[in-house]
Amino acid sequence: MSARRIFARPARLAAIAPYFWMVLFFLVPFGFVLKISLSQTAIAQPPYLPVFDPMQGFAAIKAAFAALSLDNFRLLVSDHLYAMSYLRSLVVAAVSTSILVLIGYPIAYGMARLPRRWQSVAMMLVIVPFWTSFLIRIYAWINILQHDGLLNRILLALHLVATPVVWLSTDSAMYLGIVYSYLPFMILPLYATLDKMDPALLEAASDLGSSPRQAFWLVTFPLSLPGVAAGVLLCFIPIVGEFVIPDLLAGSDSLMIGQTLWLEFFTNRDWPVAAAAAVLLLVLLLAPLLLYDRLQRRQLEGTR
Amino acid sequence: MASAATKISRFNIVSLALGLAFLYLPIAVLVIYSFNGSRLVTVWGGWSLRWYAEFFNDRAMIDAAWMSFRVAASSATIATLLGTLAAVALSRGERFKGRTLFSGMLYAPLVMPEVITGLSLLLLFVAINAGRGFWTVTVAHTTLTLCFVAVVVQSRLGSLDRSLEEAAMDLGCDPVGAFVAVTLPRILPAIIAGWMLAFTLSLDDLVIASFTTGPGSETLPIRIYSEVRLGVKPEINAICTLVIGLIAVVIVVASLASKLSSAQTRSAAPL
Repeated sequence: MSARRIFARPARLAAIAPYFWMVLFFLVPFGFVLKISLSQTAIAQPPYLPVFDPMQGFAAIKAAFAALSLDNFRLLVSDHLYAMSYLRSLVVAAVSTSILVLIGYPIAYGMARLPRRWQSVAMMLVIVPFWTSFLIRIYAWINILQHDGLLNRILLALHLVATPVVWLSTDSAMYLGIVYSYLPFMILPLYATLDKMDPALLEAASDLGSSPRQAFWLVTFPLSLPGVAAGVLLCFIPIVGEFVIPDLLAGSDSLMIGQTLWLEFFTNRDWPVAAAAAVLLLVLLLAPLLLYDRLQRRQLEGTR
Repeated sequence: MASAATKISRFNIVSLALGLAFLYLPIAVLVIYSFNGSRLVTVWGGWSLRWYAEFFNDRAMIDAAWMSFRVAASSATIATLLGTLAAVALSRGERFKGRTLFSGMLYAPLVMPEVITGLSLLLLFVAINAGRGFWTVTVAHTTLTLCFVAVVVQSRLGSLDRSLEEAAMDLGCDPVGAFVAVTLPRILPAIIAGWMLAFTLSLDDLVIASFTTGPGSETLPIRIYSEVRLGVKPEINAICTLVIGLIAVVIVVASLASKLSSAQTRSAAPL
């Protein structure tokens, strides 16, 4: 038996504790979300009905099962407020992800072209904001965008505008905040792919008569598409469920689904509807999540 | 000899410079204004430390910061332990039953919207009647951050040359002995970096903590969020600057740790 195979046995045992943890705290909770999404709101503690109590015997459990219903889902589908929320989340995520690709690509490309020793410095500089709190970075923008904030003062001083512009509570501010917060998530996978590319390919293209621009579109760009896909998924999926950024920077006239869910849960205390909203959001994200899972698996485990 | 196609162009330099300026300018403004002596956030009233003094006199804020710090330290420690075990199983365990589910459960939380993770954990805690507070937030943060640790350590394990482990075993080490003697020292920088990442992620989290905490145990982001909703306050600038400072220290330590052994491999995957 090879050393590798012998090594694998205790390595597999290492999975037991994290496996157990993730099943208990990641998988099982979805079961509760599903169950409560089928329950009814109640003024009680916890605020939903029916509550399963195994102590009351089989008949009670059966009655509880009979009380489950799809009412919350009917509400979500029929009330156009929720439909608009989902739609808006998808649109916002699609638009922001497109902007992120357009801005992130040239930055990642510039990084990959730097001399070796500068590349690690540049990568560090991109990672640092990613480690800094989302909330703090959004707050930094509120400082700048508010009515008498830095941006308006600069614009006024340069006589570009006559009166202060309203930036906060607009979609532009929200897009700015999203692009700002997610930019490192876009740059890093792009850079990782561009960095791995063999420069000999470009030399060859140039020897065969391509201009640098042609070489980029014929060689570099097509080869970087896996990185683009990784960046797109890494940004798109969490942006769809984003709460903090739209809550602090966008206006309150139209909500993203993360905000609707938050509102139902914390303000209206309607846990069943919040749970149903979470289930629908998960269904919506299932395809991109599976794609992301495959990509991650390929990158980390070398499987096809 | 580099051809025109591989050389860095002016366009490359300009986009890189603009990109980095975009990333850093708002943070710089925030830090500078935290030293502003004026009560009006936008009027410059000279350099001053009064907002830092204000923070250190704000009992509720200090309590929240202390709570966050404790949660971050405990959850990062448990997450590092579990995440490293998971990484070892995935990169050295070959095939095993339930492997696909296992890796799926580890990769999904990396991108899962936090409202879903937070809500589902809360419903679990309510269903099992767990008193909400320090431990529920810690468990929730551990669940999220152990996945980040696993990915960081796994990418490091994947880049290691396995022949050393095998040589150690050929020379008479049992698998555990070979792991401790050969593998562990070489993945230690990634484990340290994983702990740091878990610590900062926990320190930053608002959404999951809001769902899973109970009355009387607010974390710092929850406290900051409720203040920020009411508008910009200079004291918040000071607190944010302190948090940024703490995170900067953490990052410097983490990068020093990974420099110690990054000579052998360059990993381009910080996630």
